[in-house]
Parts: sequence; structure tokens; C-alpha cells
Amino acid sequence: MTKQEWPLYEVFIRSRAGLSHRHAGSVHAADDAMALDHARDTYTRRSEGVSIWVVRSDRIVASDPAETAAFFEPAEDKVYRHPTFYDIPDEVENL
Amino acid sequence: MYTQGLDQPGKAGDSARGIETAAQLDAFQARIDREEKIEAKDWMPEAYRRTLVRQISQHAHSEIIGMQPEGNWLTRAPSLKRKAILLAKVQDEAGHGLYLYSAAETLGVSRDQMVADLLSGKAKYSSIFNYPTLSWADVGAIGWLVDGAAIMNQIPLCRCSYGPYSRAMIRVCKEESFHQRQGFEIMLTLCRGSAEQKAMAQDALNRFWWPSLMMFGPNDDKSQHSAQSMAWKIKRFSNDELRQKFVDVTVPQAEFLGLTIPDDKLSYDEESGHYRFSEIDWREFFDVIAGNGPCNRQRLEKRRQAHDDGAWVREAARAYADKHAPATAAA
Repeated sequence: MTKQEWPLYEVFIRSRAGLSHRHAGSVHAADDAMALDHARDTYTRRSEGVSIWVVRSDRIVASDPAETAAFFEPAEDKVYRHPTFYDIPDEVENL
Repeated sequence: MYTQGLDQPGKAGDSARGIETAAQLDAFQARIDREEKIEAKDWMPEAYRRTLVRQISQHAHSEIIGMQPEGNWLTRAPSLKRKAILLAKVQDEAGHGLYLYSAAETLGVSRDQMVADLLSGKAKYSSIFNYPTLSWADVGAIGWLVDGAAIMNQIPLCRCSYGPYSRAMIRVCKEESFHQRQGFEIMLTLCRGSAEQKAMAQDALNRFWWPSLMMFGPNDDKSQHSAQSMAWKIKRFSNDELRQKFVDVTVPQAEFLGLTIPDDKLSYDEESGHYRFSEIDWREFFDVIAGNGPCNRQRLEKRRQAHDDGAWVREAARAYADKHAPATAAA
């Protein structure tokens, strides 16, 4: 058995031009080129993609779920950022 | 199903709850009850995590071992078309295994550990893959019955409370329908062929019918982990419910093929709208789970051999990657 397991990569796929890449899953690979090949073979066997991004999982910086409330708190009390906050008379059109 | 081993008694041992407060557990259950998905880094009870690791890895192992019975016919498929189809199907099974290993890894277990547990015989996989494929018709029967039974189980798993597992199952289910239909088409072709071909199809049904029903696991009253898995919304239907559903949809398909289900007690109950069937031979089921099925040793032996044979490739790829790694990528 290999002494050390191949690194993990996260796979993002653009299903067609005009759409964003979207997380599909992950693959193990020895290097970046192999990660692309594995991602293609694992996640696009039925032409699910026109473009693939792979990135080492350990390079992803993520917010902490345990801190979710505090982390996103600044947006909570700013309802005036939404258009429905404002009262506009019905007679006024195109607004 | 692919995770029948979960239903085995004497494996609970979920006592590592020491540091989990009642408030945490209640909050977690409330999230589940609100149909919120649990994601990888979210707080979860240790027993929930362990149940999922066990279930998802067993499921992954089943996909990987499941390549063998059908792989047996790759070089002897009756036509180039059938060979290409079978190759694609077996490749899909490998893919399903990989989606599932990925999902399990989000719970903090390494791929190497899971592979090691499979190869050492510590981890379980579905009993169905320990039966031999003696004729080409078996490839048809597997697609029709085994993949059919798998679909029954996997559709509800698409709504499983654990996000990564549910997403993997959605992907699997999209691909599984091809598997079942190609299997049924093989059976149909044989049944419309010569008397000898039809007899082959009947023989395959005779051998795969009961093992397919066993895939759903023990009866509900004997299923140890079911209640907790249902509460956690990992499992949405009981073993017996899913098994009944499978029998109900499959019997008319067998009738269409002109084949006979090997059960003299099989009858349609007008009142309930369900087919009644004989008791399953549970001794056989537990025997196969315990490692004494017709092919258990052969399956593991072959998996170990393949793993060992591939060792130099994994090492060479690593060495190549190390040699060509840009100096900046020293993470």
C-alpha cells in the first residue's frame, strides 16, 4: 500500500457556457493534471460538463459553521438593503 | 440494501456521547425534524457520524465489489454492443463507489482507512455480490433485479438528512435507471429468443430472486439500527416496506417476460393491493453476511490482488508528482 494517500481535490463543473462552475464532489490524485483527468472520468461520463476546475481541498478557506450566526450577523439587521423596505404609493409606476 | 450489515445486532456501541449535552442533541434533532440538511462541518452527534461512515462506506464497498460479478462477463459478452454497454455499466459502478467514498470522507474518515477495512474483511458489503454469475442471463438478471432493488432503496436516500450523501445518491440515481433498463432488455431479448435462451433467463431469475429480496436486509422487527436511522432521517422507509414495494413492481415485469417467480406461495392480495410472498431463508442471508456465501473469499481475494497489482502505479504517480511539483506548492 502507498505510504501516503494521494491528496484530495474538490471538483467544480460548468455544465454549459453561461452557467457558473458548481461543486460536484472530490477526487484523489497525485497531481493537478491527474486530478483533472480523474474529475472528468468520475463526474462527466455523460457530458455533464464543458469546463472543470479542480483545487486541492486543503487550499480552500471556509467559514466555520459553528460561527455561522455571528459571522453573518452584520447582514441581519439591515433590512433597508431590500427593495421591499420602502413604501411607495401604488399610483407611482415603474419603480 | 447495500448496507445490510447495519442491521446486524451486536454492533451498536454508540456510547461515545459523554461530551454531548442534551441541549446539543435536542438542537440537532430539531434541525433534522425541520428537514434541514446537515453539512460536513456542522456539529453532529458522534453516533450519527459513525452510523453514516459505516453506511456510506459499506455502500461504496458494495459498488466496488459489485463490479466483479458483471466484470466476469466483459470478455464474453455476446456482441460488441452488449460488451460496450456492460463496460459502461461496470465503469458507472466504479464511479458510484468513488462518489460515495468522497461523501464518507467528508465525515473525517480517510480513503485509505476505508480501503484497508474492506481488504482486511472488517468492513461489510452487500450480500448480493457474493453470488456467482454463471451465465450471460445473470448479467440481465442483475441489471433488472439487483439494480432494481438498489433503485428502490436509493431513491429515498436522495432525501437523506446528510447533504453530501444525499447529493451523491442523486447523482447515482440518475445513472442507475440505465442499468436496470439494459438488464431488463437483456432478459427480454432472451425471453423472445430460442427455448434454450428463455430457459437461461428463467434459471437466472430462479437464482437471483431470493438474494435480491435479501438485499433489503432483515425484517423490521429484527433490524437493530432502523429506528434511530429513521429518527435521523437517514432512512425514510423500513426494510419490509421497500421489499414489498420491490415485489409489487417486479412481479408484473416477470409476467411480461413470461417468466415464473420461484415462489409457490406468491399470490396477489386484492384487498391490500400487494403481492404476498414466502418467508425468506434468513439462514442463508446471515451465512452470506458472515462470509460464507458462494463467492465471498473469491471477491475479496480478487480485490486484494487488484489493489496490490496497482501499488506500483500509485507509487510511481506519487514519485512523478513529487519530482515535478513546483517549488511553491509545498503545502
